[in-house]
Amino acid sequence: MRRFSWVNLLLLLAVLLLAVVPLALGLGSGEEPFSGADAVAEQAIVDDHPDYQPWFSPIYEPPSAELESAFFALQAALGAGLLGYYFGVARTRQRQRDAVDRQRG
Amino acid sequence: MHIAEGYLPPEQAAAWFVVSAPFVVHGSRALVRQVRADPDSKLLLGAAGAFTFALSALKIPSVTGSSSHPTGTGLGAVLFRPPVMSVLGGIVLLFQALLLAHGGLSTLGANIFSMAIVGPWVAYGSYTVVRRAGGGLGPAVFAAAALGSLATYGVTVAQLALAFPDPVSGVGGALAKFGGIFAVTQIPLAISEGLLTVLVVRLLSRTSGDDLRRLGLLRPAAEVRA
Repeated sequence: MRRFSWVNLLLLLAVLLLAVVPLALGLGSGEEPFSGADAVAEQAIVDDHPDYQPWFSPIYEPPSAELESAFFALQAALGAGLLGYYFGVARTRQRQRDAVDRQRG
Repeated sequence: MHIAEGYLPPEQAAAWFVVSAPFVVHGSRALVRQVRADPDSKLLLGAAGAFTFALSALKIPSVTGSSSHPTGTGLGAVLFRPPVMSVLGGIVLLFQALLLAHGGLSTLGANIFSMAIVGPWVAYGSYTVVRRAGGGLGPAVFAAAALGSLATYGVTVAQLALAFPDPVSGVGGALAKFGGIFAVTQIPLAISEGLLTVLVVRLLSRTSGDDLRRLGLLRPAAEVRA
């Protein structure tokens, strides 16, 4: 493998490591380990300001945690899919340009 | 960084809409101008939007024992300037507010301000500073994505502290409390986000050198590697 690919692989491994280490070390705490920081903040507000009433509620809420994660997966898949499509198109174009350049010498 | 639906007092929620609106209007014009002036960049623009879309859906565990998500706005801010990201980031937040009950319509103004305005501007500023100081493309992109992500969460902390001062220690105490929830959690995530954005820019420098040169990230025919 060339240097370019090695560096890319190392970048990916580092990202993976950053996500896996907290899990592997079992750093999760509380009733629901690794709950979302957004939800933790919401809970902190409820705890310290018991009289605060949210004055607006979501128009639509996924009926279950499973469906909510399905929507999140859909979001990630759409984003990753489009990004992959882009790289496919860009790579093909680059190869065609290179081929034309070679023909011209 | 998503402030939940209804979790800002009405006046403050409205104020954040007023603050964010001009940026989004200006950003929409910038987006249209970008597409008209450089139609070839349309696909890359979509890719930058897709990057935010994908990254902001990924909840990643962090050292604090809670999890949070990257913002993915640094890439687009560096490629297409921050105004464009106020629209792309806004679309992501709207999608999450409508379908996922994540964030909210009432808090959309506040969330746009943190993720789609301050984050991208800090990212772009960091990128410019590192480049002017003679830093390479890779380090500049890393600084942009990581610091932009941290800045986004910093703004959320300030917004929540203003809205919910601690009953005893006031706004200062609330800053520390919400900072403890978001800021430390976000540090490893900001690093991840920086590394991922560098990876994408490295790949782009291979497949889309012409686009990067036109957008000013690479010098004409000189720098090839990130």
